[in-house]
Amino acid sequence: MSHRNVEKIANTRLRKMSARGAGLLAVLIFSGRSCFAFAQASPVPDIFKPASTPAESIHRLSLFVLIITALIFVVVFSLLVYAVGKFRHRAPEDGREPPQVYGSNQMELAWTVVPVLIVLVLFFATARVIHSIQQAVPPPGTIEVTAIGHQFWWEFRYPALGIVTANELHIPVSDPAHRTPTFITLSSADTDHSFWVPQLAGKTDLIPNRINSMWIEPNEIGMYVGQCAQYCGTQHAKMLLRVYVDSPEGFSKWIASQKQIANPAGSVAAGRHIFEKTACINCHAVSGTVADGRFGPDLTHLMSRETIASGAAPNTHENLKLWIHSPDSIKPGALMPAMNLNERDLEAVTAYLESLQ
Amino acid sequence: MSSESIALTAAGAPSRPLSDLLYSWVTTVDHKRLGILYILYAIFFLVIGGIEATIMRIQLIVPHNHFVSPQTFNRMFTMHGTTMIFFVAMPVLFGFGNYLIPLMIGARDMAFPRLNAWSFWLTAFGGLLLYFSFVGGNGLYGAGSAPDVGWFAYAPLTARTFSIGHSTDFWTLGLLVSGFGSIGAAVNFVATIVCLRCPGMSFGKMPLLVWLNLVMGAMVLLAISPLTAAQVMLSLDRFLGAHFFDTQAGGSAVLWMHFFWIFGHPEVYVLVIPAFAFVSEIVPVFSRKPIFGYPVMVAATVGIGFVSFGVWAHHMFTIGMNSYANSFFVITTMVVGVPTGIKIFNWLGTMWGGKLQFKTPMLFCIGFLFQFLIAGLTGIMLGAAPFDWQLGNSYFVVAHFHYVIVGGILFALFAAFYYWFPKMSGHLYNEGLGKLHFWLFLLGFHLTFDFMHIPGILGMPRRIYTYEPGRGWDIWNFIVTVGVFFQAVAILIFVGNLLYSLFKGKLAGNDPWDAWTLEWSTSSPPPEYNFASIPVVRSRRPLWDLKHPEDPDWKYE
Repeated sequence: MSHRNVEKIANTRLRKMSARGAGLLAVLIFSGRSCFAFAQASPVPDIFKPASTPAESIHRLSLFVLIITALIFVVVFSLLVYAVGKFRHRAPEDGREPPQVYGSNQMELAWTVVPVLIVLVLFFATARVIHSIQQAVPPPGTIEVTAIGHQFWWEFRYPALGIVTANELHIPVSDPAHRTPTFITLSSADTDHSFWVPQLAGKTDLIPNRINSMWIEPNEIGMYVGQCAQYCGTQHAKMLLRVYVDSPEGFSKWIASQKQIANPAGSVAAGRHIFEKTACINCHAVSGTVADGRFGPDLTHLMSRETIASGAAPNTHENLKLWIHSPDSIKPGALMPAMNLNERDLEAVTAYLESLQ
Repeated sequence: MSSESIALTAAGAPSRPLSDLLYSWVTTVDHKRLGILYILYAIFFLVIGGIEATIMRIQLIVPHNHFVSPQTFNRMFTMHGTTMIFFVAMPVLFGFGNYLIPLMIGARDMAFPRLNAWSFWLTAFGGLLLYFSFVGGNGLYGAGSAPDVGWFAYAPLTARTFSIGHSTDFWTLGLLVSGFGSIGAAVNFVATIVCLRCPGMSFGKMPLLVWLNLVMGAMVLLAISPLTAAQVMLSLDRFLGAHFFDTQAGGSAVLWMHFFWIFGHPEVYVLVIPAFAFVSEIVPVFSRKPIFGYPVMVAATVGIGFVSFGVWAHHMFTIGMNSYANSFFVITTMVVGVPTGIKIFNWLGTMWGGKLQFKTPMLFCIGFLFQFLIAGLTGIMLGAAPFDWQLGNSYFVVAHFHYVIVGGILFALFAAFYYWFPKMSGHLYNEGLGKLHFWLFLLGFHLTFDFMHIPGILGMPRRIYTYEPGRGWDIWNFIVTVGVFFQAVAILIFVGNLLYSLFKGKLAGNDPWDAWTLEWSTSSPPPEYNFASIPVVRSRRPLWDLKHPEDPDWKYE
């Protein structure tokens, strides 16, 4: 319990902190926690602070485009300011019109040709980055993940490893000597969604009846935030996303723990009984039990996640209870129904879920 | 030249009962009255769309705000977008086109006056149908509600499974109906400009505004059709069980995107070309010089028109097109920058060496030039596909297109309002209030839309009703919302100025700006028949020729 209190306090304090201080605070608070907790990652998903290969090549291209557009801006803006200042009408009025100039073929040719050249330069620079990202071939050692968008949460599957999880994606950091990028196959179970973790890669949409793909090759351990970037319905705003970039050892440890089937203690048998006798199992799965629903997140290792409801709330006892009791109070419009349990059953089910480590 | 007018005008008999006056406006086929109806209708919806935007901004002023529910917020951004594009921008531009085109080409009315009236009332009915959804939206399913699928209504969110009730149907039918209105108006524009020009006015001697409206009319005909087709297909999906966009039965979500954006991108130019048209008329008059490089301006406009039909998938860089398709749409998108750049330089060339008079319309034109430059440059950033993978669907995009639509189009529209108000009403507006409106609106605009770029760069997606604290977005959202109130006050001053000046403004006379196009040769407001005798022109600036017989334009053209 004390462990969770620390996390709750940390979450409360994190919200109050400025973006700059939060990273440092996170290091201090979570340094004692397991290897896949926050590292030094800043919680600001700034596209100009990339931590992964595709985001970095996009970042370099953006700086190039920004410099060119800034130069164009300075030139045209100066001309505008000069014209406004220099040619303003001044009293006294002499009643005469200025020289009537109808145009100049040379000048108009000049301001046609120069933009054409700029466009060509920008195009080739852009096309190079497009091809380098889209034509990348997965090297040996690539981690394969399937991401499935749901209203309003993320399902992550590791087909080669037999792991299913939700909302919090774990991937290994990639070492240039021994590359372990992650290639993600994207699809949707219902409406359009978009996978966007700005510090790791640009966004790619998840579209029903269509398979998309993207890849990430992170070079810094940490937790990176993102969220759904294509309007997908009522709770589009709280379809949040976390990617934990773990050290190779941390990632192996996480895999090992995720591969185990749920092994709840006997003390939560009452909660388990209620869970398995109510509508919970229509949507949720807990491996090794009769619960094999597929509409909601897999709960086998629920307590290994730091948040619930796709990042809408920290994974605490109170929040978990509140979520089961009335999902709308955390995430109005979420598809999970209120379970209408009495206080004793609610406490028992919560205790059962908290045993799913 | 018909500077005299016959005494009996439509507004001439003040003693008539109100019902007669209303009847005469409802049954009118006069292009000027229809133009004014379009404009008033658009101002009405501008205020409604503005209120919807304000509700959204209040909700976003702090993280985890509870001002409105997520459902309400989603309806607000859907209705705001739909209203502003289809029931503000389109009608107001049709309104100005309707009013000005016959006057500028020396005609007595549009080619098809009754089609003109029919188009206006269809558009008006489309808007009312959309807003009726607030009452009847959910049909049998609970209380009424407005559509909440976003203004581009991506499939499959519009399918029966995800949009229960009738709110999406109101959206579909509202746009379908107003789309027919738009097509009627566009047919009229093209036919009028091609057929009704006064003697001497060859295509090369039309005012630029007329040229640009010709291009706009042709683009409407081509662009609205795919939208109409898509709305019909969506209705078939929803009512007759077709599966064009119903992904759960094998339909295609991407098909809708293609249909929508092959309408949606040319639509941007349908809106911005008339804005270019206003600037191309107003900047020369207040610089006291003819437009710089008329033939190139026409060519650039036609070029923009053509290229704009080949860029639609830059709205779809994130849907997983292959690298060759992405590269194709990068180059077409960036090519649009060339003719647009030519235009900006030619407007600067028009100002260069002139005697600039900073009346309110000119101030708005200079604001337009500055903001449109920035909007174009952020457009280039978004056109670089990988940059768009980061910025697309973020607040950066929202800031970018509001820079185009508010900073560009709306500023040009305000310029047009002030410039032609004396012609339409017969009275001068109040210059002090006009300038106050300009400076307040400029301040509010930049507070809102400059700072809106930043949360996009910091990873804030659009269309979210709330956001997490501690992501560096709070302060920027706060500033953005503060700017909205400056804009709201400025709009109130604008409406107040027009109303005040309508009754108390000084008489304008025929030609308050010492301008050069034909509409200034007739009385203010013009009589129902526009010109007592049809004018004959010899150059692009017939009134210049009249005022400077020693140095007429036709010697040089």
